[in-house]
Amino acid sequence: MSRLIDVENLTLQFDTDEGRITAVDDVSFSLEAGEVMGLVGESGSGKSVTAKSLMKLNPRNAVYGPDTKITLHLDDGPVDVMSLQNNAEMKIVRGGAISLIFQEPMASFAPAISIGDQMVEQLMIHTSFSKAQAKELSIEMLDRVGISDPSTRFGQYAFELSGGMRQRAMIAMALSTKPKLLIADEPTTALDVTIQAQVIDLMKDLVSEFGMGIIFITHDLGVIAQTADKVAVMYLGRLVEQGTVRDVIRRPAHPYTRGLIAALPTLDDIDAPLTPIPGDIPSPLERPPGCVYNTRCQEVIGPRCSSEIPAFYPVDTDHAAACHLHDPQESTS
Amino acid sequence: MSDTPLITAQNLSVHYPLRAGLIGPKPYVAAVENVTIEVAAGSFFGLVGESGSGKTTLGRAMLRAAPITKGDVLFDDGEVSYALKSLGKAELKDYRKRAQLIFQDPYAALSPRMTVRDIIAEPLEVMGLTKSRAETDERVREIADKCRLNVEHLRRFPHAFSGGQRQRISIARALVSGPKFIVADESVAALDVSIQADVLNLLKAIQEDMGLTFLFISHDLSVVAHVCDHVAVMYLGRLVETAPTRTLFSTPRHPYTKALLSAIPSLDPDDRGKAQKLVGEIPSPTNPPPGCKFQTRCPAAIDKCRKIEPVLESAGPEHHVACHRWKELSIAE
Repeated sequence: MSRLIDVENLTLQFDTDEGRITAVDDVSFSLEAGEVMGLVGESGSGKSVTAKSLMKLNPRNAVYGPDTKITLHLDDGPVDVMSLQNNAEMKIVRGGAISLIFQEPMASFAPAISIGDQMVEQLMIHTSFSKAQAKELSIEMLDRVGISDPSTRFGQYAFELSGGMRQRAMIAMALSTKPKLLIADEPTTALDVTIQAQVIDLMKDLVSEFGMGIIFITHDLGVIAQTADKVAVMYLGRLVEQGTVRDVIRRPAHPYTRGLIAALPTLDDIDAPLTPIPGDIPSPLERPPGCVYNTRCQEVIGPRCSSEIPAFYPVDTDHAAACHLHDPQESTS
Repeated sequence: MSDTPLITAQNLSVHYPLRAGLIGPKPYVAAVENVTIEVAAGSFFGLVGESGSGKTTLGRAMLRAAPITKGDVLFDDGEVSYALKSLGKAELKDYRKRAQLIFQDPYAALSPRMTVRDIIAEPLEVMGLTKSRAETDERVREIADKCRLNVEHLRRFPHAFSGGQRQRISIARALVSGPKFIVADESVAALDVSIQADVLNLLKAIQEDMGLTFLFISHDLSVVAHVCDHVAVMYLGRLVETAPTRTLFSTPRHPYTKALLSAIPSLDPDDRGKAQKLVGEIPSPTNPPPGCKFQTRCPAAIDKCRKIEPVLESAGPEHHVACHRWKELSIAE
């Protein structure tokens, strides 16, 4: 496998009337081609903002940290995403090498333009296809994602399609430019469970066929277990745990990940009590000092937790947690 | 929990008219068709199904918030006994006090211009249940305390609260009139996992403490498995299976129930792709298929299923299933 993207020290703040809010704080990760990374976290954890930063797709009041470095490795050499300035330059990451699928497929299609016209439009922007070729490829893609009668669907509008159908069309559109990296932001959350299973299957097939990297954003650990190779867990703008999907789900090392898994109702033991994580996620305006999770943590080991930001400590090969519990010095003392 | 039903839907149908043509019979959508369920007093009754299955409409009809076309809903809490279809104005007002609804979205359900105290007090004032402001305040404080809201919270406006706290405010408002029957429609669907467990535990505690009866509507089978003691599965307005929770999850009989269960993404990363996947989508209720409504997606459908609609039959103690082939399918397993 070859390296696809490196994200180093991504920090992103927003200037608001109430002051400067930190949405993403010193996040680093990397992804290989053909790899699926699950980005897990609750609402407000900064997972969507992180993903959109890879395309520099953030509102005007966004301020990137000076150490932020995002490198996309393409066939023609590396691209420094932070240095991209105008729309023409950013075409390469917005819909070119990176495609984005949103959660709500109804909101992501323009309501008054047919599905087909929208698919053709983006192909015309990002490829050198003629209109006829673009149409042919679009219909082929619709067929590929399991939409029956694709040439009729091509001429229809978003409201004429069911939720599952719309999400399939969205996937067809996102993949028609053959992106290197697909960002899927809660792509199945708005779907029924039987349709979700279909869409997950479809995405798995397409990864193996196209060999692209996927960042799969979700709050659902079950979906992650079924799709991802590795997992990054976010809380209040910081990564707290990273590792292979088996390690993180079977042997969660960060107290937050443990809490998330314990709070999840599963069918394996329906009599098990549900254990909530006490308290609420703090407001981003009042980020706790030290470890961001210390206000809700059940395993606080001392004043260090509320004064010193924990570094990532390895717990296994390819598995690390940002928690003082795993500091080798803590276990020896 | 007792065996006497608090509320019973008897051959209940809810039809909504469609725009009629000049000739022919008046077209309608059968949102709920010929459904019979008995909700025992003191039980936590789960109602599951995909979007468009009619679960919300059934819940609303049981609150007399949707029109009852055929059949009836019988309510008997030991003090009063009502047949909801032919309820007079005064009786309906009294019923509103005894049956309440908790909504899905705690962000949309609370007025941003009212303090938490006023939100919780409103049902008391509208229904004229308290005689003085002091009495109202006392009742509000008592209920708020049950929902783990303190006196300080009561002075604030909803925007100051997180999703979990808002849902606790919605619950307090539903409980303040002293209802016997509560419909909770997707009441934890909008909440994060760590908060969801907290709200579910609160609902259970309140139910036991106040002896309430819950109709818990959800698309999430794992949540239903953990909190409900009886479950009914709906598909396209019909009841397809109903059983005590343990029975339903250990020996599901209807192919749709089986498919729903196997579509839940497993938390085990090595358990990928084994699930039996359902093809297609739920048909439009304006144009339902003949025979069994599930036949278009059922892996076991035969000719009989395409012609004759199955009726509910007994599949064990308190276990009912509407499928022509459940017996032979269960032997084959």
